[in-house]
Amino acid sequence: MSAIQVEKLKKEFNGLIAVNEITFEVKEGELFGLLGPNGAGKTTTLNMLATLIKPTSGQAFVAGFDILKERDKVRKSIGMVFQEPALDNYLTGRENLEFHGMMYGLSRKEAKERVREALKIVELEEFADKLVQTYSGGMKRRLEIARALVHQPKILFLDEPTLGLDAQTRRKIWEYIKKLNKEKGVTIILTTHYMEEADFLADRVAIIDYGKIVALDTPENLKNILGGDVISIEVDNHQNAKKAFEKLPWVKKINQENGIFYLQVEKGEEKIPLLIRIDQEEAGFQIKSINLRKPTLEDVFLHFTGRTIREREASQTERFRERAKIHMR
Amino acid sequence: MEINLTAIYILWLREMKRFLRSWSRIVGTLIMPLFFLIFLGFGFKGAFIPGVGHTKDYILFLVPGIIGMTLISTSIISGLSVLWDREFGFLKEIMVAPVSRISIAIGRIFGGMTTSLIQAILIFLIALGMGFKIPSFFSFFLALLVMALISAGFIGLGLIFASILKDIQGFGIIMQLIIMPLVFLSGALFPLSNLPRFLRYVSYLDPLTYGVESLRRVLVGHCFLPSWLNFFATFLFPIITVFLGAFFFEKSEL
Repeated sequence: MSAIQVEKLKKEFNGLIAVNEITFEVKEGELFGLLGPNGAGKTTTLNMLATLIKPTSGQAFVAGFDILKERDKVRKSIGMVFQEPALDNYLTGRENLEFHGMMYGLSRKEAKERVREALKIVELEEFADKLVQTYSGGMKRRLEIARALVHQPKILFLDEPTLGLDAQTRRKIWEYIKKLNKEKGVTIILTTHYMEEADFLADRVAIIDYGKIVALDTPENLKNILGGDVISIEVDNHQNAKKAFEKLPWVKKINQENGIFYLQVEKGEEKIPLLIRIDQEEAGFQIKSINLRKPTLEDVFLHFTGRTIREREASQTERFRERAKIHMR
Repeated sequence: MEINLTAIYILWLREMKRFLRSWSRIVGTLIMPLFFLIFLGFGFKGAFIPGVGHTKDYILFLVPGIIGMTLISTSIISGLSVLWDREFGFLKEIMVAPVSRISIAIGRIFGGMTTSLIQAILIFLIALGMGFKIPSFFSFFLALLVMALISAGFIGLGLIFASILKDIQGFGIIMQLIIMPLVFLSGALFPLSNLPRFLRYVSYLDPLTYGVESLRRVLVGHCFLPSWLNFFATFLFPIITVFLGAFFFEKSEL
């Protein structure tokens, strides 16, 4: 059975299409990433699946429950970590979590026990009885992840789990997320606009742009679509070098730009020694420098949308703000 | 749409904890009614004020009014506190929980009523210290009942405002343009009979008028409008606003 099943889900805000008939499936135990720029429709998708907003059309099942007809069952099966903190600053960390547990139907005793476990996972036991307003951004995020675990949901929704956190804290959060998924078997769906995050964490990634899924596969396969790694190589004699490169059977494609050759190959790290082993005396050229670049999901995004995520965000920020404003009214 | 008692209790408990941890807020909301009570109470002590009627002493006239004033401000603020939860994100956490919205609204209303009543009782105790006397303990009990109704009514109103405003920008406007005029129009501080006819008619539209009148009836034994009308209006007002407030809350999206 699939953990999440989405069929032609669509959401319109005052004529603006935020999510445009997307269809995908998340398998049980999978760590699934929705990757895209701000305003691409990731959060809207998550909010629909969490039953916080109603879709304009289409349907979806979470843990086997219909998000329209079985809202409470869906809510009980999921844990949600929002993009922005959703904590009560005037309560302690422990109180926030215990209240949450009881809202989800746990007895006081059960709640206390589970809260202790959850706090342990995110290593916040020491600060549990301090008011949340004294927490740092990273601690708040960890507390929220812990809170989402208290009622032991089958599926965890993480909306930009490391947004605005420093590199060290981000690493730490990644570890927790991996651990939850691998050790506890929690199905996780997360949104992110960080390429490295999707690449590092997700089993499968859906690249989403303007409310549409433009590509969906494992990070490995997505990157392979681009035809493998790129070795850039600088030489002194271009003509001779070109002849030599053309003879190599494992070079898939040769591009030349500003006097540098770009060779498309697979498993680039194994090809560099081979390149060096070419008898340069005989071929009549000398290698000045070699550089290997593995494609990132950024390149994949560029390939599918024609722009980098950063460029897309710059152009979309305004549009997104407008939409957010309308949405708030 | 079922009522979830645990959720109601949790939200009530949350209000209590927050209340006990925010002394500055309590002082902030109580300071105005306290000033009015102390300065008007002592300032007009023994003065002849036309229209005060059977209540004779101005302090007897004033105290129910000040209690009403305390209730309206603490209650509207409590209803509006949904806006703060929205601003600081906590509302999402509540909204995604598997409990009905109506349970959430009820929990908030009970929490708000409790904190509001505690504050009104504080003011009441200070008034007792200033020489205010009540006929019997039973009348205090009745007064608590009336106070609870007034409080529920204005919390409901606060919830309605919260769903109209959407963000905390309008908060100050509500405080200035709603609470103070309603207090002055209610006859909390002076007899309504002294107002020009037009303003007197406007005051009949102010729900606090009937609340303060009902409090006078049970605490001092005298009121100016017919008792049945005062009690009826005081009873009806929370029913309408709580229903509408809960309805708007139920309908609201994030």
